[in-house]
Amino acid sequence: MTIRINPNLCNGCPGRKEGRCERICPGNLIERKQGKAVIEHKSDCWDCAACVKACPMNAIEIYLPEEIGGQGANLLAQVKEDEILWIIKNNSGDDKKYHQAR
Amino acid sequence: MELKEKSTDILIIGGGAAGSFAAVMAKEKAPHLDVTIIEKAHIERSGCLAAGINAINAYLNPGETPESYLEYVKNDSNGLVRDDLVYSIGKGLNRVTEIVEQWGLPIKKDANGNYLARGPRSIKINGEKFKPLLADKVMESNVEVLNRTIATNYIVNEGKVVGCFAFNVREGIFYVIKAGAVICATGGAAGIYRPNNSGNARHKMWYSPFNTGAGYAMGIRAGAEMTTLEMRFVALRVKDVLAPTGSFAFAGAKQLNKDGEEYLKKYDKINTPMRLYATVQEEKNGCGPCYLDLSNISKEKDDELRQSLLGMCPGIVLQWVEQGVESNQLKVEIEGTEPYIVGGHCQAGYWVDIDRKTSLKGLYAAGDVAGGAPKKYVTGAFVEGETAVINAIKSIQQDQKPENIIPSILIEKEYERVIKPLSVKNSTTVEELENRLQEIMEKYAGGKSTYYELEKGKLLEARNHLKNLQSDLEQIKADTYHQLMLAHEVIDRVDVARLLVEHLLHREETRWPGYQTRIDHPLRKKEWLKFINSRLNPCTGEIEILEREYVPRELKKLKGVGEDDD
Repeated sequence: MTIRINPNLCNGCPGRKEGRCERICPGNLIERKQGKAVIEHKSDCWDCAACVKACPMNAIEIYLPEEIGGQGANLLAQVKEDEILWIIKNNSGDDKKYHQAR
Repeated sequence: MELKEKSTDILIIGGGAAGSFAAVMAKEKAPHLDVTIIEKAHIERSGCLAAGINAINAYLNPGETPESYLEYVKNDSNGLVRDDLVYSIGKGLNRVTEIVEQWGLPIKKDANGNYLARGPRSIKINGEKFKPLLADKVMESNVEVLNRTIATNYIVNEGKVVGCFAFNVREGIFYVIKAGAVICATGGAAGIYRPNNSGNARHKMWYSPFNTGAGYAMGIRAGAEMTTLEMRFVALRVKDVLAPTGSFAFAGAKQLNKDGEEYLKKYDKINTPMRLYATVQEEKNGCGPCYLDLSNISKEKDDELRQSLLGMCPGIVLQWVEQGVESNQLKVEIEGTEPYIVGGHCQAGYWVDIDRKTSLKGLYAAGDVAGGAPKKYVTGAFVEGETAVINAIKSIQQDQKPENIIPSILIEKEYERVIKPLSVKNSTTVEELENRLQEIMEKYAGGKSTYYELEKGKLLEARNHLKNLQSDLEQIKADTYHQLMLAHEVIDRVDVARLLVEHLLHREETRWPGYQTRIDHPLRKKEWLKFINSRLNPCTGEIEILEREYVPRELKKLKGVGEDDD
């Protein structure tokens, strides 16, 4: 499983010693290069979604790799204090949304 | 690498569930002591709780008691557990649950205000931010946390563990950390066997792929006594995304084979290992694949299930949406995972006493790295963390202030060992050696592709191949500090695998079908109702096997007669 970081949305968390995603990845897999977060070791990602939830720019999405039958849909999260809005974008353009209490 | 020396009173290795809870308890009980956690990643989301969890699976709902918990765990483990450890966990489960609720963990309630039971020992929670919540509590408690710090070996001086060596994976600092007492809480080991998935999905696994057995390996290298590594844990999961099956079972799913038969009915004594074993047998006998069938679930229940899975394993919901799976089509294929070595579900780990003290002076263990007490899960890990710190504090108070002078030869030796992969030439990559390890274990030591079956001839092959692999580890190469971390993960896992194979060889019975199926010794035997322990002799480098007696808890206590004095 793995993530995709959209460089156009990532603002590199200016002013922070570590970017939000860079800080919380439990595998130390994300680092900032030239002001943008990048995942150096894509195949080491556990799919925990910690970075997806932590990104204030919603620049990170999870997708299913082709090895387990991924067809291009992706999962994003908008996090509020007591709720997460999960958005699944499908190829058909038919988004699914789920609210989850936290 | 820059060398830095540090000193603390209580050093906790690993800032996951057990380590974080232990640290907070240490500061609560002995605020004057310095408490330090070293954490491989960042404590905010590190360890098994990274994604969150949707239930607490070791809590005693009304009607359950520590005695009934012990009975259940023992039954699920086919009679062999450390009764003393399991019972002591049973006594603490509800107390630690209430503590984390006070810290802010949202636990669902029923109409009467009781915790919402999911089963006799399971309650529902909104646990997506469980780990950040623990981490906040650690920070509030004035615990020192060294993030991105990889423990490499204990400092053992004059027969006592007096700290540990570590390095920072981003800044390249080599630490010599001295401590009055050390608590190991690193978690278990994934990646010893070939993972279920390949390529970019290779880390899509049940257990944390970042738990690579460092705590076991450090103990092994220091000569600690280990127990029951042969009780490997194989989880029954949803194929591909390896989502937990518990949420389906509690939602009322039927477990079916390809012919639509509820196949568990054909098997005796259905417990956790048997659910796995039966599924593997169905596949082996041409009746697979097997499924969890929830096609009669209501739309409302389906939404609830999807929400709860998003806070634990979001990939499965993504897969359903991608494949257009609607509520009335919820039928997921299930399979066994790679075998993991883990003391929280099974019981591989340090041989500890009731105080969670290991066989090495000055060293305690808690959580997945501590042996003898399966099915402790998160709350059991908390209980063990608390027990370990209470006794670590006592030992510090009893001891004379330690001299704490570490002979420089020890420091030099470990520094050379740690940085060696950065300087080797003509060498082998981390990935090559990792693949070799996983292939050896897969083929010869009962991997998934061989239906987890074990036999002496193949295990002897595994022993030889691992020996060769271990000498080739001398050539492991790293170009960055991150790769250096990965290199040590492989080195650690090979140490664990070598001991594991000896355990698998020694148990000449089938105690836990599925987890430990010896096809050359297919029956469970009375005379094997005992623990297999092992120890690497640090002087000779030989692995010694020790057998330890199973001690049943006194019957009168099991029946709940009489009061406990402990």
